[in-house]
Amino acid sequence: MEKFTRLTGIAAPMPLVNIDTDMIIPKQFLKTIKRTGLGKNLFDEMRYTPDGAEIADFVLNRPQYRHAGILVAGDNFGCGSSREHAPWALLDFGIRCVISTSFADIFYNNCFKNGILPIVLPEDQRDLCMKDAEKGSNARLSVDLESQTITLSDGTEIGFEVDPFRKHCLMNGLDDIGLTMAKEAAITAYEKVAATARPWV
Amino acid sequence: MSGKTLYDKIWDAHLVHDDPEGSSLIYIDRHLIHEVTSPQAFEGLRMAGRSVRAPDKTIAVPDHNVPTTPDRAEGIENEESRIQVEVLDQNARDFGITNYYPMNDVRQGIVHIVGPEQGWTLPGMTVVCGDSHTATHGAFGALAHGIGTSEVEHVLATQTLIQQKSKNMKVEITGNLTPGVSAKDITLSVIGHTGTAGGNGHVIEYMGEAIRSLTMEGRMTVCNMAIEGGARAGLIAPDEKTFAYVKGRKHAPKGADWDAALAWWQTLKSDDDAHWDKVVTIRGEDIAPVVTWGTSPEDVLPITGVVPDPESFEGGKVEAARRSLAYMGLEPGTKLTDIRIDTVFFGSCTNGRIEDMRAAAAVVKGRKLAPWVRGMVVPGSGLVRKQAEEEGLAQVFIDAGFEWRLAGCSMCLGMNPDQLAPGERCASTSNRNFEGRQGRGGRTHLMSPVMAMAAGITGHLADVRELM
Ligand code: SF4
Repeated sequence: MEKFTRLTGIAAPMPLVNIDTDMIIPKQFLKTIKRTGLGKNLFDEMRYTPDGAEIADFVLNRPQYRHAGILVAGDNFGCGSSREHAPWALLDFGIRCVISTSFADIFYNNCFKNGILPIVLPEDQRDLCMKDAEKGSNARLSVDLESQTITLSDGTEIGFEVDPFRKHCLMNGLDDIGLTMAKEAAITAYEKVAATARPWV
Repeated sequence: MSGKTLYDKIWDAHLVHDDPEGSSLIYIDRHLIHEVTSPQAFEGLRMAGRSVRAPDKTIAVPDHNVPTTPDRAEGIENEESRIQVEVLDQNARDFGITNYYPMNDVRQGIVHIVGPEQGWTLPGMTVVCGDSHTATHGAFGALAHGIGTSEVEHVLATQTLIQQKSKNMKVEITGNLTPGVSAKDITLSVIGHTGTAGGNGHVIEYMGEAIRSLTMEGRMTVCNMAIEGGARAGLIAPDEKTFAYVKGRKHAPKGADWDAALAWWQTLKSDDDAHWDKVVTIRGEDIAPVVTWGTSPEDVLPITGVVPDPESFEGGKVEAARRSLAYMGLEPGTKLTDIRIDTVFFGSCTNGRIEDMRAAAAVVKGRKLAPWVRGMVVPGSGLVRKQAEEEGLAQVFIDAGFEWRLAGCSMCLGMNPDQLAPGERCASTSNRNFEGRQGRGGRTHLMSPVMAMAAGITGHLADVRELM
């Protein structure tokens, strides 16, 4: 997993509420057995007509947002299916940070496993980011994970919260599985106790 | 100090390691896998030279991609789908997962129907699957939730999951349900009440008389859609009905193990003085048969209602409702019962069980689908299908003009050929009415099996109480 420390980039505004993972990556792209290559199908049904032509006013098709690295989104982003294809598609497109007032749990988790930082802000602060995003490529947001701050184009700083363990993994690009395998002794000990307490499991 | 909730108790019994920084390592008793969200996880194991830690606790079944037409015994025509199913076959072989129900095994079906049916899902367990509707298994008092593919790999390799503890939410449904109202109406009404983000960060425990009086199938329907309310998981404390359902199933404990298990299971309930971070109470008598009108499961109204005006909402929901109505091809003020449908889809892990089949057949018996309606019945597993045939239910559906299909996810998400065409309007017993979910441009109205049957027979959204 790629490390996440600091990111400065164009933010694309998507104020719609309840953007679900079916919208982020429709089911026909879940037939892949790989993690890569999904960026071109990110938001596929909102982004292209059925015959594959770009829909000009969809935000990521507009010239100023084609290279967006951040999404600023409406409430409850990433609800619905657990498909990790959603963060894979965002990542493959080049988006490494999503800012919203709330995220669905599974999507939120999935982001951290893929080097994407989801940031939860109160509504008024999210709206400030949204305003900035609406300025297009004239405005760049900076996200600093170490100091947990977002800097808007006018220099305003907004702090955000992040779980210390997830922050540590993201900043160092750590693989969860490796970390857990280091606790092998604890797992084996648990299995021994559980086998006596609940032998039927 | 206050008492513990059922969630707290299951959590405590599965804690392997508590990290001072707030993340815990939780042991996983059952890991269910299917073909769509597992290939990349196995690929990850191969690349790192890792094995599956507990193949005996891993259960695999293909369901999302499989065709539901009788010709599937000859193989899957769509190449990508075929590859995904073959890759699951191969991974099960390579990693020693012998609890495998291949496509043409009679026990094959939707993973969340197969788990309980085979007795894999038991009270007090932790159950995960790379699928958000894993919440279904919470009906047994098991802590069950969906995970992403990276987490699937983590569980395969370590049989544990890194978790932050969720908050506790109580959803109480008091009193009794009125005739024509079923588990699906409960779960949709709760989401209508709390919104799709209402449960974010929480594990819901459903309780109250109306929940107690549901069958195990009904309880699975309720918990299945906990995720649609944003909750991490949904739980119902096990009781005599639970134990009776589990007893005698293939992988349920036997003999002395059964007695020991039962003794523990009987302790699995929330203490009277447990602390709840959030409480929602709904009177059972206030729940009507409902349908969805929009493209979010929270867009729920009693069937007696009218399509709402987007301007009547607040904030970001105004724009979302406008977009929904445009997508659904509906005008504000239209009576819901005036909405004509093209298709009925009866199936999915929400409503593909034998009880659902029985309730629906009772409405359909002696009636026919409206001439312009296409109807599909897709049992949730091969065993549900077999039982429905033995009970004569299949014939009731066939006589009414429905197609009687083989088991799988089918048109719940249309990864196989079962899809809606653009603009096609469907009365569906599934769980998601998202844009494009059942086929690009397809229009989904969610409802209970009996309501879907009423819609099929009349040819428009309809109040099943008028057919009873
Ligand atoms: S039936 Fe639908 S919701 Fe259930 S597992 Fe299959 S696709 Fe998912």
